[in-house]
Amino acid sequence: MELHELTLEQARELLDRREVSAKELAQAFLDRIQATEPQVRAYLTVTPESALRQAEAADQALSAGRSGPLTGIPCGIKDVFCTKDLTTTAGSRILENFVPPFDATAVARLKRAGAVVLGKQNMDEFAMGSSTENSAFGPSHNPWDLKAIPGGSSGGSAASTAAGSCLFSIGTDTGGSIRQPASHCGVVGLKPTYGRVSRFGMIAFASSLDQAGPFCRTVAGAAQVLQAMAGHDPADSTSSPLPVPDYGQALKRGVKGLKLGVPKEYFVSGMDPEVEGATREAIKVLQGLGASTVEISLPHTEYALAVYYIIAPAECSSNLARFDGVKYGLSVRQEQADLMDMYLDTRSQGFGEEVVRRVMLGTYALSAGYYDAYYGKAGQVRTLIKEDFLAAFQEVDAIVSPVAPTAAFELGQKADDPLQMYLSDVLTLSVNLAGLPGMSLPSGFSPQGRPIGLQIIGPHFAEETVLAVGHAFQQATDHHAKRPAL
Amino acid sequence: MKITRQEVAHVAQLARLRLSEGQMERLTGQLNDILASMEKLNQLDTAGVASTNHALELTGALREDEVRPSLERERVLANAPDSNGESFVVPRVI
Repeated sequence: MELHELTLEQARELLDRREVSAKELAQAFLDRIQATEPQVRAYLTVTPESALRQAEAADQALSAGRSGPLTGIPCGIKDVFCTKDLTTTAGSRILENFVPPFDATAVARLKRAGAVVLGKQNMDEFAMGSSTENSAFGPSHNPWDLKAIPGGSSGGSAASTAAGSCLFSIGTDTGGSIRQPASHCGVVGLKPTYGRVSRFGMIAFASSLDQAGPFCRTVAGAAQVLQAMAGHDPADSTSSPLPVPDYGQALKRGVKGLKLGVPKEYFVSGMDPEVEGATREAIKVLQGLGASTVEISLPHTEYALAVYYIIAPAECSSNLARFDGVKYGLSVRQEQADLMDMYLDTRSQGFGEEVVRRVMLGTYALSAGYYDAYYGKAGQVRTLIKEDFLAAFQEVDAIVSPVAPTAAFELGQKADDPLQMYLSDVLTLSVNLAGLPGMSLPSGFSPQGRPIGLQIIGPHFAEETVLAVGHAFQQATDHHAKRPAL
Repeated sequence: MKITRQEVAHVAQLARLRLSEGQMERLTGQLNDILASMEKLNQLDTAGVASTNHALELTGALREDEVRPSLERERVLANAPDSNGESFVVPRVI
């Protein structure tokens, strides 16, 4: 087996037994990046020198017996996280040359845990999109089928994890941006409870929905990454002060005696039969492992898309006001231009089409005369959506469903139809509106060989349950062990 | 509700965006399609329902207002399109 084919747990064992050095491991992944990037294009920036330096430090820690679960593990970072002295673009022209003077808390915690950063990964501009086609630097490709999208917005991170050009990566999820690409690339993607991971240093899209989380091939690996990222941060007042449990321990719980809800509204019309088939099959596996299942109803599901596409653009129109050509990033200053001209020229030349569309939509929804009809109404329906989940969790321990209505579609197929593109997140965005933890894990393949994902949703701060269900499923299945032919 | 081309131009001004004629045309159509799909929310009677602005409300998140180290000015200004070593420099305002 080649080093890039290892799981995070296998790499951990080899490092701990000193059978492979962190430096050798980092070099193997840098080589893999070289080999796969021409086809996959998962990375925007690769940092071989600092990666090897971090790997040497990891080797010293290992020799000194000071190692933790991520010491010497090579990873990739979605380019939405600020990284000290390393270009951070958020997939946008407007930040093409932005070099942050600080690390996002999630990144700082991974570094402190000894993880080796290989580089920054591609994404839809400002995390707005479902395919990476909105990246100002060109799309990434699905390692399982290079004609297909990897999903988005964290498409580079999902594609890289699937291609074996990192052992894990971190992304962000505002309406499905971790779970949907994880599903399309056949890897595990976990969106924690809102507030479980600090948002400090994450370039904001929609502040009441954004949450960071890991991609990994295994649930057990994702649990270790979450362990390192999670916890209160004084720099993010919305981060939760609740103690972080031992997620590795939680994996051992299994699913015996758990009651799982299957929401009838999540088997929507237009869903590929193979997605429904893989999900029903996965439910049988979980039943075989001792879980009981019951059909539940989340009656306001059909309103989630409309609520989301009011709230997320409203928040983004406000967050993206900071890109004004004054403090950092692109600044277009024509001769004789005044301040207003600079704003207009900078933002029009710096933002791509989807970002402009959402800023316009959000500005309209918040503007005088329309606020109550759009933002006010959406906030009320958001309450109803959240209450649906809270009622369901009175009865069940977790919810299982598909992640996306179809397997990955082809590049270009939906690029000209924003509403069709928005529909690919229809099964994931309610989870963000309600602030719940949700995970995607591989549950099968379409007839064309494109991966399908299973979604597990838990109550607030019940990542332990979500991980336990996912780990039990992976112990009983081998979908996650398959590798794309690259 | 229908958004007119004139309103699109007004919203673009509010959002500090300069749109080309073609963009204006395209956005008017797309925004109307998207807004029409949001009409669905009016099927629901939400009288008396409280609005959720944050899924998890945290209370007591305020901290003491103490002076603490911040980013160095030099490092911050390194990203500035234009600066005089002390502040950001912008084009004339008036």
